[in-house]
Amino acid sequence: MNYNEGFKLAWQTVKSNKMRTFLTTLGIVIGVTSVIGMMSIITALEHHMINALSGVGGDIFWVQKYPAVQMGHLSKEIRMRKDLKYSHVEAIRNRAKKIRAVSAEIATYGKQIKYQDKATNPNILLYGGDEYWADVNGRFISEGRFFTKEELYRKDYVALLGADVTEKIFPFTYPVGEYVKIDGIRFKVIGLIEAQGKLLGNSRDNLVVIPFNTFTKSYGEMRSINIAVKALPNQIVQGMDEVTGILRIVRKVPPGTPNDFEVITQDSIMDTLKNLTGFVFIAAVVICGIALLVGGIGIMNIMLVAVTERTREIGIRKAVGAKKRHILNQFLTESIGICLFGGLIGVLLGILIGIIIAGALKLPPTIPMWSVFLGVGFSLMIGLVFGVYPAMKAARLDPIEALRWE
Amino acid sequence: MQHLIHLEKITKTYKIGTIEVHALRGVDLDIQSNEYISIMGPSGSGKSTLMNIIGCLDTPTSGSYFLDDELVSTMDDNKLAEVRNRKIGFVFQTFNLLPRATALHNVELPLIYSGIHASNRKTIAEEALEKVSLSDRKNHRPNELSGGQRQRVAIARALVNNPSLILADEPTGNLDSTTGKEIMTVFDDLHKAGNTIILVTHEKEVAQHADRIVHILDGNIAEDIQVNNS
Repeated sequence: MNYNEGFKLAWQTVKSNKMRTFLTTLGIVIGVTSVIGMMSIITALEHHMINALSGVGGDIFWVQKYPAVQMGHLSKEIRMRKDLKYSHVEAIRNRAKKIRAVSAEIATYGKQIKYQDKATNPNILLYGGDEYWADVNGRFISEGRFFTKEELYRKDYVALLGADVTEKIFPFTYPVGEYVKIDGIRFKVIGLIEAQGKLLGNSRDNLVVIPFNTFTKSYGEMRSINIAVKALPNQIVQGMDEVTGILRIVRKVPPGTPNDFEVITQDSIMDTLKNLTGFVFIAAVVICGIALLVGGIGIMNIMLVAVTERTREIGIRKAVGAKKRHILNQFLTESIGICLFGGLIGVLLGILIGIIIAGALKLPPTIPMWSVFLGVGFSLMIGLVFGVYPAMKAARLDPIEALRWE
Repeated sequence: MQHLIHLEKITKTYKIGTIEVHALRGVDLDIQSNEYISIMGPSGSGKSTLMNIIGCLDTPTSGSYFLDDELVSTMDDNKLAEVRNRKIGFVFQTFNLLPRATALHNVELPLIYSGIHASNRKTIAEEALEKVSLSDRKNHRPNELSGGQRQRVAIARALVNNPSLILADEPTGNLDSTTGKEIMTVFDDLHKAGNTIILVTHEKEVAQHADRIVHILDGNIAEDIQVNNS
């Protein structure tokens, strides 16, 4: 008996027991759907992060108090770290030779910006930056100008608005030259920051930048600052070494102990994110494995039912000359066929879900081919593994008993 | 001349728990090619056991069985399956057709297991259906056929591999008397065409179609008589 024959038989069974087959394959469908769905989401996220981060520019690194991505609780050593201060920025600026620029940044979240009777949601990121902030962070000024050194030192109330803010409170008015209110203080709008779009669904344009010194005057110096450094072209490693050395001296880190600050590059962020997606990936594999196992048990169960139901058919086939291996092949092909059927439905659903979720996250859909192969391969394997026992049971039936079976 | 079937001191003992049941107690039987023979006996006489052994569905506890000069009584399952496939055509009381398959596919079934290619199978199966005058019903499923038509499909299936022997177990048992007579005519015709037929039945009227009647009683042959059908 050839395989074509076997698949025809399997298809007949699928057709004549539609509901049963559907329920049986559900485990496989869910398993394969989640494999492909999750994989395509993870891949899309990774691609997107790579694209988004590469927009910043490769020769920038950051110094901050805490790690960029925190997993679990922070250790005591990390929690007890001293704040980064503006004096550290000045130390770098004065001593470092292998960098182009360094910028201090201090931030607070959840501010509301008001203009006349209009107001933004209270979700605006308020940055205090120095005169190098725009340059180092790779932000461009689309209208007006950035603030000057004088404005910084004078602690002037001037502000630059991100695109989201402008859109919300200046729908018809030209913002530059107008006054907005932040926490009851009047700021003169001197410029607009060019839009950068979204990263992971978060807008990067719901920000307002004011001079660093104005920020600390209004909100105090009780928080750590972030330092952004632009290295000389292709000398990011040297720049990082130099800045780390300077900071260790300034912060009096004893030799032989780890840094009490974090130096972060795009690559280190990427690595951390990849680590994170790696965890998600393993979790996904485990979940899918369980779903497929449950599906496999379902398949075994239904195949055992099928063997019992078709005992007489097996008897007939044996009477007219079917050997053990013919019966074995028939039932194996059938269980593999059903699993493959479920697997293919899973592949289609998984691709669909990948596209839908990618659409919802505004990411380009990415379906990794290997996950499709993995899904199909897994369902084939499950059909084989969980089909063997029922098929062997069928093949071993005694033809006389089987023919007598009612 | 060699016998088509040569049974020598065939015994079959079943164990039900600790009790031994002697279904056959040493049966000797020779059947020639192109014979038309009935095996009769009440239930429990051992005639079903004998039929299963002749049909290579079962092997005897002791004794030898030669079919076409081949010793089949010691063959393993796979060899027996091959013998059933090539040499024996079964016709059952309950027809035993695959319910979801068409008449044609049912007839094709033995050909599948003898490894005949799909394109030839169809032609051969159609010829077999023609022999039982069912060509016009070949694409019908068993539940769309009458009892008599179903049994004809079963006969076509039994014929399709040109077996040495057609073994019919109560072939009219599930049919009304008119249809039963029709089916018996089919067997008569097959015999005239040169086939060897063994009928297992408890109906005298059916048994009378054969040229020879063997009575089984308590696991032994009680009577073996030639019938004169003029």
